[in-house]
Amino acid sequence: MNTSNRPLSPHIQVYKMPLSAKLSIFHRLTGLGLSFGAVVLVFWLFSLAYLSETAVALHAFFSSGFGKVILIAFTFAFFYHFCNGIRHLFWDVGKGFELEQVNRSGVIVIIVALVLTAITWVVGG
Amino acid sequence: MQYRTETKRVKGLGTAKHGFGHWWMQRLSAVLMIPLGIWFVVSLMTMESLSPDALMQWLHNPIPALLMALWTITVVYHASLGLQVIIEDYVHGKAMALTLLTLIKFAMFAMVVATFFSLFKLVS
Repeated sequence: MNTSNRPLSPHIQVYKMPLSAKLSIFHRLTGLGLSFGAVVLVFWLFSLAYLSETAVALHAFFSSGFGKVILIAFTFAFFYHFCNGIRHLFWDVGKGFELEQVNRSGVIVIIVALVLTAITWVVGG
Repeated sequence: MQYRTETKRVKGLGTAKHGFGHWWMQRLSAVLMIPLGIWFVVSLMTMESLSPDALMQWLHNPIPALLMALWTITVVYHASLGLQVIIEDYVHGKAMALTLLTLIKFAMFAMVVATFFSLFKLVS
Protein backbone atom coordinates (compact mmCIF):
# COMPACT_ATOMS: atom_id res chain seq x y z
CA MET A 1 0.00 0.00 0.00
CA ASN A 2 1.44 3.34 -1.03
CA THR A 3 1.11 5.81 1.80
CA SER A 4 3.55 8.47 0.58
CA ASN A 5 0.95 10.53 -1.32
CA ARG A 6 -1.35 11.01 1.58
CA PRO A 7 -1.87 14.61 2.63
CA LEU A 8 0.15 15.79 5.59
CA SER A 9 -1.66 17.23 8.52
CA PRO A 10 -1.28 20.06 9.21
CA HIS A 11 -0.67 20.77 5.52
CA ILE A 12 2.21 23.18 5.82
CA GLN A 13 1.44 25.25 2.71
CA VAL A 14 -2.13 26.08 3.66
CA TYR A 15 -1.97 25.74 7.43
CA LYS A 16 -2.50 28.99 9.27
CA MET A 17 -0.27 28.73 12.29
CA PRO A 18 -1.83 29.86 15.56
CA LEU A 19 -0.18 32.75 17.40
CA SER A 20 1.47 30.47 19.95
CA ALA A 21 3.19 28.47 17.19
CA LYS A 22 4.55 31.62 15.58
CA LEU A 23 5.75 32.88 18.96
CA SER A 24 7.41 29.54 19.63
CA ILE A 25 9.38 29.76 16.38
CA PHE A 26 10.25 33.37 17.15
CA HIS A 27 11.54 32.28 20.57
CA ARG A 28 14.01 29.96 18.85
CA LEU A 29 14.98 32.56 16.24
CA THR A 30 15.65 35.21 18.88
CA GLY A 31 17.56 32.62 20.93
CA LEU A 32 19.73 31.90 17.89
CA GLY A 33 20.29 35.62 17.32
CA LEU A 34 21.05 36.25 20.98
CA SER A 35 23.64 33.45 20.87
CA PHE A 36 25.55 35.57 18.36
CA GLY A 37 24.98 38.43 20.76
CA ALA A 38 26.72 36.36 23.46
CA VAL A 39 29.78 36.10 21.20
CA VAL A 40 29.69 39.88 20.72
CA LEU A 41 29.34 40.35 24.49
CA VAL A 42 32.42 38.24 25.25
CA PHE A 43 34.40 39.84 22.43
CA TRP A 44 33.42 43.26 23.76
CA LEU A 45 34.71 42.41 27.27
CA PHE A 46 37.87 40.92 25.77
CA SER A 47 38.48 44.05 23.70
CA LEU A 48 38.04 46.27 26.78
CA ALA A 49 40.74 44.26 28.55
CA TYR A 50 43.22 43.50 25.78
CA LEU A 51 42.42 45.24 22.48
CA SER A 52 41.96 48.93 23.22
CA GLU A 53 41.90 49.96 19.54
CA THR A 54 39.21 47.37 18.79
CA ALA A 55 37.22 48.59 21.79
CA VAL A 56 37.30 52.13 20.39
CA ALA A 57 36.25 50.83 16.95
CA LEU A 58 33.40 48.80 18.49
CA HIS A 59 32.17 51.85 20.37
CA ALA A 60 32.30 53.92 17.18
CA PHE A 61 30.41 51.26 15.23
CA PHE A 62 27.65 50.80 17.80
CA SER A 63 27.28 54.59 18.11
CA SER A 64 26.60 54.89 14.37
CA GLY A 65 23.08 54.76 12.93
CA PHE A 66 23.52 51.25 11.54
CA GLY A 67 25.09 50.07 14.80
CA LYS A 68 22.16 51.48 16.75
CA VAL A 69 19.63 49.70 14.54
CA ILE A 70 21.45 46.43 15.31
CA LEU A 71 21.45 47.22 19.04
CA ILE A 72 17.74 48.07 19.00
CA ALA A 73 17.02 44.77 17.24
CA PHE A 74 19.11 42.98 19.86
CA THR A 75 17.26 44.82 22.65
CA PHE A 76 13.91 43.68 21.26
CA ALA A 77 15.16 40.11 20.73
CA PHE A 78 16.43 40.12 24.31
CA PHE A 79 13.19 41.42 25.84
CA TYR A 80 11.08 39.11 23.70
CA HIS A 81 13.12 36.05 24.67
CA PHE A 82 13.12 37.28 28.29
CA CYS A 83 9.32 37.74 28.49
CA ASN A 84 8.46 34.64 26.49
CA GLY A 85 10.97 32.68 28.59
CA ILE A 86 9.08 33.73 31.72
CA ARG A 87 5.88 32.60 29.95
CA HIS A 88 7.55 29.22 29.42
CA LEU A 89 8.57 29.05 33.08
CA PHE A 90 4.92 29.53 34.06
CA TRP A 91 3.98 26.64 31.77
CA ASP A 92 6.75 24.56 33.33
CA VAL A 93 5.06 24.83 36.72
CA GLY A 94 1.73 24.00 35.10
CA LYS A 95 0.13 27.44 35.00
CA GLY A 96 -1.55 29.27 32.11
CA PHE A 97 -2.24 26.29 29.87
CA GLU A 98 -5.85 27.15 28.94
CA LEU A 99 -6.14 28.15 25.28
CA GLU A 100 -7.51 31.56 26.18
CA GLN A 101 -4.67 32.17 28.67
CA VAL A 102 -2.05 31.03 26.14
CA ASN A 103 -3.35 33.48 23.54
CA ARG A 104 -3.60 36.31 26.04
CA SER A 105 -0.10 35.77 27.46
CA GLY A 106 1.25 35.63 23.89
CA VAL A 107 -0.16 39.07 23.10
CA ILE A 108 1.06 40.40 26.48
CA VAL A 109 4.59 39.14 25.75
CA ILE A 110 4.75 41.02 22.44
CA ILE A 111 3.39 44.24 23.93
CA VAL A 112 5.64 44.14 27.01
CA ALA A 113 8.72 43.37 24.89
CA LEU A 114 7.95 46.36 22.64
CA VAL A 115 7.31 48.67 25.60
CA LEU A 116 10.52 47.61 27.40
CA THR A 117 12.53 48.10 24.20
CA ALA A 118 11.05 51.58 23.80
CA ILE A 119 11.71 52.49 27.46
CA THR A 120 15.31 51.26 27.21
CA TRP A 121 16.04 53.45 24.20
CA VAL A 122 14.05 56.50 25.27
CA VAL A 123 15.67 56.55 28.73
CA GLY A 124 19.06 55.17 27.81
CA GLY A 125 19.46 56.07 24.12
CA MET B 1 13.36 -9.52 42.90
CA GLN B 2 13.09 -5.82 42.33
CA TYR B 3 15.32 -3.69 44.58
CA ARG B 4 14.97 -0.41 42.67
CA THR B 5 12.15 1.88 43.63
CA GLU B 6 9.65 3.10 41.05
CA THR B 7 11.20 6.58 41.15
CA LYS B 8 14.66 5.18 40.53
CA ARG B 9 13.29 3.20 37.61
CA VAL B 10 11.64 6.23 36.08
CA LYS B 11 14.58 8.59 36.60
CA GLY B 12 17.13 8.64 33.82
CA LEU B 13 15.04 6.63 31.41
CA GLY B 14 14.57 7.59 27.80
CA THR B 15 16.83 7.10 24.81
CA ALA B 16 19.44 9.66 25.85
CA LYS B 17 19.36 8.70 29.57
CA HIS B 18 20.19 12.20 30.72
CA GLY B 19 17.69 14.57 29.16
CA PHE B 20 16.31 15.86 32.44
CA GLY B 21 19.64 17.39 33.48
CA HIS B 22 19.76 19.44 30.28
CA TRP B 23 16.17 20.57 30.65
CA TRP B 24 16.64 21.48 34.31
CA MET B 25 19.89 23.44 33.80
CA GLN B 26 18.25 25.36 30.97
CA ARG B 27 15.52 26.43 33.41
CA LEU B 28 17.94 27.17 36.26
CA SER B 29 20.10 29.37 34.04
CA ALA B 30 16.94 31.06 32.73
CA VAL B 31 15.77 31.92 36.25
CA LEU B 32 19.25 33.22 37.16
CA MET B 33 19.23 35.46 34.08
CA ILE B 34 16.01 37.23 35.11
CA PRO B 35 17.66 39.44 37.78
CA LEU B 36 21.05 39.48 36.00
CA GLY B 37 19.50 40.52 32.68
CA ILE B 38 17.61 43.37 34.33
CA TRP B 39 20.83 44.44 36.07
CA PHE B 40 22.76 44.36 32.78
CA VAL B 41 20.25 46.40 30.76
CA VAL B 42 19.56 48.92 33.54
CA SER B 43 23.31 49.38 34.15
CA LEU B 44 24.05 50.11 30.50
CA MET B 45 21.05 52.37 29.94
CA THR B 46 21.77 54.49 33.04
CA MET B 47 25.48 54.96 32.32
CA GLU B 48 26.53 58.43 31.19
CA SER B 49 28.74 57.04 28.46
CA LEU B 50 29.45 53.62 27.00
CA SER B 51 32.92 54.61 25.84
CA PRO B 52 35.72 52.11 26.51
CA ASP B 53 37.13 54.39 29.25
CA ALA B 54 33.80 54.64 31.07
CA LEU B 55 33.21 50.89 30.81
CA MET B 56 36.72 50.04 32.00
CA GLN B 57 36.26 52.33 34.98
CA TRP B 58 32.90 50.70 35.76
CA LEU B 59 34.23 47.13 35.48
CA HIS B 60 37.20 48.05 37.67
CA ASN B 61 34.79 47.81 40.62
CA PRO B 62 34.54 44.27 41.96
CA ILE B 63 30.73 44.09 42.24
CA PRO B 64 29.96 45.05 38.61
CA ALA B 65 32.85 42.85 37.45
CA LEU B 66 31.54 39.90 39.44
CA LEU B 67 27.97 40.37 38.23
CA MET B 68 29.24 40.78 34.66
CA ALA B 69 31.17 37.50 34.98
CA LEU B 70 28.08 35.73 36.33
CA TRP B 71 25.84 37.24 33.65
CA THR B 72 28.16 36.50 30.72
CA ILE B 73 28.88 32.95 31.77
CA THR B 74 25.20 32.19 32.38
CA VAL B 75 24.36 33.65 28.96
CA VAL B 76 27.04 31.58 27.23
CA TYR B 77 25.97 28.43 29.05
CA HIS B 78 22.26 28.97 28.35
CA ALA B 79 23.06 29.73 24.69
CA SER B 80 25.05 26.50 24.33
CA LEU B 81 22.15 24.51 25.81
CA GLY B 82 19.68 26.20 23.46
CA LEU B 83 21.86 25.76 20.38
CA GLN B 84 22.26 22.09 21.29
CA VAL B 85 18.48 21.62 21.15
CA ILE B 86 18.25 23.45 17.81
CA ILE B 87 20.98 21.21 16.34
CA GLU B 88 19.39 18.05 17.74
CA ASP B 89 16.06 19.06 16.20
CA TYR B 90 17.13 20.25 12.75
CA VAL B 91 20.51 18.71 11.86
CA HIS B 92 19.78 15.15 10.82
CA GLY B 93 23.19 13.98 9.62
CA LYS B 94 24.90 12.30 12.56
CA ALA B 95 28.45 13.36 11.67
CA MET B 96 27.37 16.94 11.05
CA ALA B 97 25.34 17.12 14.26
CA LEU B 98 28.19 15.69 16.34
CA THR B 99 30.68 18.11 14.77
CA LEU B 100 28.45 21.11 15.48
CA LEU B 101 27.70 19.97 19.04
CA THR B 102 31.42 19.58 19.71
CA LEU B 103 32.25 22.97 18.21
CA ILE B 104 29.59 24.62 20.37
CA LYS B 105 30.99 23.01 23.52
CA PHE B 106 34.52 24.13 22.59
CA ALA B 107 33.28 27.63 21.83
CA MET B 108 31.47 27.73 25.16
CA PHE B 109 34.63 26.76 27.08
CA ALA B 110 36.72 29.28 25.15
CA MET B 111 34.21 32.06 25.83
CA VAL B 112 34.05 31.26 29.55
CA VAL B 113 37.85 31.39 29.76
CA ALA B 114 37.98 34.63 27.73
CA THR B 115 35.38 36.19 30.05
CA PHE B 116 37.38 35.32 33.18
CA PHE B 117 40.67 36.49 31.68
CA SER B 118 39.13 39.78 30.57
CA LEU B 119 37.32 40.56 33.81
CA PHE B 120 40.33 39.60 35.97
CA LYS B 121 42.39 42.11 34.05
CA LEU B 122 39.73 44.82 34.16
CA VAL B 123 39.12 44.45 37.90
CA SER B 124 42.77 44.34 38.96
